[in-house]
Amino acid sequence: MEILQLLIIGLSQGCVYGLIALGFVLIYKATEMVNFAQGDIMMLGAFVAFSLANLAGLPFVLVFAATLLIMAGFGMALERGVLRSMIGEPPFAVLMLTIGLGFVIRAVAGAIWGNQPRALDSPLAGGIVEIQGLIIGHENIAIVVGTALLCALLYLFFRFTRLGIAMQAASQNQLAAYYLGIPVKRVFSLVWAISAAIAATAGILVAPVSLIDPLMGFVGIKAFAAAIVGGFGSLPGAIVGGLVIGIAEQFVYLFLPPGVSEVSAFILLLAMLIVRPEGIFATLQQKKV
Amino acid sequence: MKSGPMTSMSKTASDAVTEDVLFEASGLSVSFGGIKAVRDVSFSIRSGEVFSIIGPNGAGKTTVFNLISRFYDAEAGTMAFEGADITNVPSHRIAALGIARTFQNTELFEHETVLTNMLIGHHIHRRTRLASDLLFLPRARRQELEFRQKAEDVIDLLDLQRYREQPIGSLPYGARKMVEIARALCLEPKLLLLDEPSSGLNPEETEDLSFWIEDIVADLGVTVAMVAHDMNLVATVSNRVMAMADGVELATGEPTYIQQHPDVLRAYLGH
Amino acid sequence: MRFVLKTNYGQDVNLFLHGGQRFWYGLLLAVVLLAPLVLDTFYLGEFALVFIWAIAGTGLMLLVGYTGLVSLGHAAFLAIGAYAHTYFLTQGLPFVLSVPLATMFCAVVGYIVGLPALRMTGIYFAIATLAFERISAFVIEHWEAVTGGHFGIRVPDATVLGSNVDGPVGFYYVCLGVLAVSLLATMNLLRSPTGRAFIAVRDSEVSAQSMGINLARTKCTAFALSAAFTGLAGSLFAHKIGYLAPDAFTVQTSIQLLLMVVVGGLGSLQGIVYGAIFLGLLPQAIAFARDVLPQRIAEIPGLEPGIFGLILILFLVFEPLGIHGRWVKIRTWFDEFPLYRKATYKRQRSYLRTERVR
Repeated sequence: MEILQLLIIGLSQGCVYGLIALGFVLIYKATEMVNFAQGDIMMLGAFVAFSLANLAGLPFVLVFAATLLIMAGFGMALERGVLRSMIGEPPFAVLMLTIGLGFVIRAVAGAIWGNQPRALDSPLAGGIVEIQGLIIGHENIAIVVGTALLCALLYLFFRFTRLGIAMQAASQNQLAAYYLGIPVKRVFSLVWAISAAIAATAGILVAPVSLIDPLMGFVGIKAFAAAIVGGFGSLPGAIVGGLVIGIAEQFVYLFLPPGVSEVSAFILLLAMLIVRPEGIFATLQQKKV
Repeated sequence: MKSGPMTSMSKTASDAVTEDVLFEASGLSVSFGGIKAVRDVSFSIRSGEVFSIIGPNGAGKTTVFNLISRFYDAEAGTMAFEGADITNVPSHRIAALGIARTFQNTELFEHETVLTNMLIGHHIHRRTRLASDLLFLPRARRQELEFRQKAEDVIDLLDLQRYREQPIGSLPYGARKMVEIARALCLEPKLLLLDEPSSGLNPEETEDLSFWIEDIVADLGVTVAMVAHDMNLVATVSNRVMAMADGVELATGEPTYIQQHPDVLRAYLGH
Repeated sequence: MRFVLKTNYGQDVNLFLHGGQRFWYGLLLAVVLLAPLVLDTFYLGEFALVFIWAIAGTGLMLLVGYTGLVSLGHAAFLAIGAYAHTYFLTQGLPFVLSVPLATMFCAVVGYIVGLPALRMTGIYFAIATLAFERISAFVIEHWEAVTGGHFGIRVPDATVLGSNVDGPVGFYYVCLGVLAVSLLATMNLLRSPTGRAFIAVRDSEVSAQSMGINLARTKCTAFALSAAFTGLAGSLFAHKIGYLAPDAFTVQTSIQLLLMVVVGGLGSLQGIVYGAIFLGLLPQAIAFARDVLPQRIAEIPGLEPGIFGLILILFLVFEPLGIHGRWVKIRTWFDEFPLYRKATYKRQRSYLRTERVR
């Protein structure tokens, strides 16, 4: 029973990693940029929701929708303002740039909301469900269900909408897509908007579990490990990688000495890179000459 | 499978060519994602000749070169260089054996000068190790002076003096092509693989190129294998030509023979 | 504008291109050698820190600027160097033995870590080094017998040739000497086959391979060397901070080291020094700014890293070649005046997908 309990907690934690990883992968697939600030965008989303819910006192549904919209706008502005000038630059430069962005976002959040942890007023928090001795918090259920819904939504979007298909095309070959009349730049903006919104969703869902503070974005590093374990560039891989790491952490916590759990994501990542560097769902291949 | 009716025709190749086989491939095959890029291709390159591989786009010409460079593993077949089997030799050892190459779209060290590119070409001849390099012992200095001298010889041969100190990024395309050949020559290879050396060159540059190739063979004693589109260039410099289409060899023989071969004409004209 | 007439190949091999360069670098050396006569203790300490950053920067520049591998975990080597050196000192080894030993130890660790990492490229490698840094931080935190765990460990005083290393003047000269040796070794490396192999791997792996360069071994060597220089800096850094605790070496330290080479100018040795000066003096500048700025802004908790991040962004967007790149542009402008063309240093962009198939 204990194992099942751990599995469920691991599952919900893994979903959070998966959601952030999804944002990484989405941006990487479409723009070939690696956004290291994804975790910090999640943190910003959580703070925005906090302001709307606790300070403005809006109803939760409205908070959710407004946060997503605001963060989508933020993602788009980020792309327009900073990252667009980096299109075509070496990947390393973009990586460094987003690391810098993360620092700036943390400083700005610290300036606005201060450094002490905050709790979000959320109807998803607090309650528990008991099924045959299993105790599951509402917030954990919310995370898993929310992730599943979001994945389904994204799948439908990429599979069936014109815009989604255009995004896929742009991710395959920027120049070819451009010549075919796909507005590649606008597509990039939208990709950033969507992935910021996904990060915000993760932020709102995780807020009841871990409090909101400017450093909560560091969880993004583990999400990054998740993205690579899943095979960088694969959307289902991001979620699977997140789940693998989330669940592994719980079991390491139970069976191994204290502290190991904190680094288990990285050990898993290194093991993965050594054994199967292309990840679970491989998408990379050698350069063609 | 199509097969050239007269692959043995090559016996009558030009007098300058000796009969020593320098490189031999037999039954090479490789496929990517279910598509057979090269199917059961066999050929041999003789010491001192210019051997060209022609064919329409997607015929598998560059893939053959990449197989020789060991960028890809052959699924079937063997390769031998100077009688020794190289089918499973790691890619970075190929150069030390005496096979140098250029690339279709040039793969130079973009941020460095022409000279540095050529010095990197001397890598396989290095005799110093990390420690003597760190301390720049007299041994390392002597070696540098020697490399520098040899690079200058190649610069003289290919007339690259005015580009010597320029970074690759600022060179015109034609010059890059030549620098890549120069860099390959710095390896002092026995076999030089030229992948589309004339693509992107204007007619005048292409004509120059044919003279360089003849010089390289005659003065340096290097055997040249070349992938090319330009039938004129191929006809001018080649001793023998292998025509490919859809990953298979169509025919091998003298340029004039290949130009009139019915299978080759069919592959090019699409009947 | 200066024209250099070359009369023998030795001139291409020498460290300095012409007499002018020799003069200016000689002058610089004289200035830093005589500085302790006029500077007070505080500034000597600050400069020693700049030198330490520059030594670490040499290591990172070799890796990032010349081999094209990005490490997000170099703080680990700084830490390993510091802890190893401290451990050797507490075991009674003299300073002159302990520092090389700690450096060698870092090289070995770097080589071992590099072995699996060499199969990876680009972002994978960066992330692997980050993971390595986290794991090594975990080990440092929990291996109490050697590292003192959370509580940390005091760095013993040390002497070189009978004089105290921890005195401001002595420490200044030790750091300066080590930096000079590091820079000289790096310059030697870059004018010989090993360094050129690094550059080849950076610019084109396929091409390097076809030139007979063993990618795996070259990357491993670069990583081990880089770890060694950073570890060397770490062993001096231990004396600088005097007390080692796990929170002295974090992800942020790694990022600061990267920031240093980017801001200084990737792919140039001068850039290391510019970057180190920048990194060493920025905290002072920020501390000074805190006094001047209105209290509301000055009290922002993450102000310092925030400013680091902002500067990093500004450099990457507007001057990706760093301070050194900007200097070269200015110099060229004067050299070629009035014929300077902006396009001379135009950045090459690449839009083609080279790595991905799906």
